[in-house]
Amino acid sequence: MSEVHHVHNQDPNAGAEQRKAIWKTFWILLVLTALEFIIAFTVPPGTLKVSVFIVMTIVKAFYIVGEFMHLKHETKSLIWSILVPIIFVAWLILALMLEGNAIFEAIFD
Amino acid sequence: MAANVTTPGAIEPKMWMGGIEPMKASYGKLMMWFFLISDTFTFSALLVAYGTARFSFPAFAGKAADFSFSNMYWPIPEKVYEAVPFLHGISLPLVFVGIMTFILIASSVTMVLAVEAGHRMDRANVEKYMLWTILGGFTFLGCQAWEWAHFIHGTDAGSVMKVIENGAWAEKTIFGANLTENQYGPPAFADFFFFITGFHGTHVFSGVILNILIFFRSATGFYDKRGSYEMVEKVGLYWHFVDLVWVFVFTFFYLV
Repeated sequence: MSEVHHVHNQDPNAGAEQRKAIWKTFWILLVLTALEFIIAFTVPPGTLKVSVFIVMTIVKAFYIVGEFMHLKHETKSLIWSILVPIIFVAWLILALMLEGNAIFEAIFD
Repeated sequence: MAANVTTPGAIEPKMWMGGIEPMKASYGKLMMWFFLISDTFTFSALLVAYGTARFSFPAFAGKAADFSFSNMYWPIPEKVYEAVPFLHGISLPLVFVGIMTFILIASSVTMVLAVEAGHRMDRANVEKYMLWTILGGFTFLGCQAWEWAHFIHGTDAGSVMKVIENGAWAEKTIFGANLTENQYGPPAFADFFFFITGFHGTHVFSGVILNILIFFRSATGFYDKRGSYEMVEKVGLYWHFVDLVWVFVFTFFYLV
């Protein structure tokens, strides 16, 4: 056991590149969240604001799943088995928002 | 019997000979990914329901400055979430939820640093970063407990709402929110708040429990004995997922 420990501790710089990537991802997420705050109080409400928020959320999700959860570096088949269901979920969300709008028009218009 | 035992490396392994990990991920990691996909479906069901309810209900049409709470339209979230602990009566829209978001992102970073230390069998650093992650998780839960308490108790003045009581319309001052009454808007708004943030908070709580288990097992040398810190990675996947869900809750519940 101590032998295993010894072998792995030989290089103190091991993983330095990975740690750099981790902190870079952290700063990207932090800056995006700060930007979301600025947009929340400066941009007037409307479709443009909502679209910007959704795009920023997807970018943040990409960095969390891709870098922190390491999915970017997995095999293609694993990436697609995760992504394809998500695409269907996105469609479901959109479809039911349109449905909700139809309900609104039936009741209030 | 002995004739069937092959020496490792004697035969070149091929796809269908067995012993090959599908998708080059270990069994545990793959199962964690598929669990997370099923958990995604549960959370998206909640968000889908929220989107449908919100789009089928009138939105507040006027300027944000003229906004007042009413159960006739959906509230503007920044008008609902504007309280911060120890700063009673001061309107600080979305500041507290911003702090909570930062705490969760930071704890995700310490988690991935623990995973990275685990790859190097660096036990001291795994312990250090797991402790930071656990601390972040508990801080987030504490913040959420405060936010719920404030949401349930409501503002000092409450809001006057027209509600149906005993079959007739009546004016009533409502303080705070529960599953049937809501001073901030229609009751459905409070219901979604409790269910979505509550379901997420439950996930954070079970994540903290798992993180404590991982910390305990690395501190007692369990993973050194096993020769692999892969469990840190699997629980890490779960913890990042919890952070990911919060990113979506933050956008669709607090910002939009």
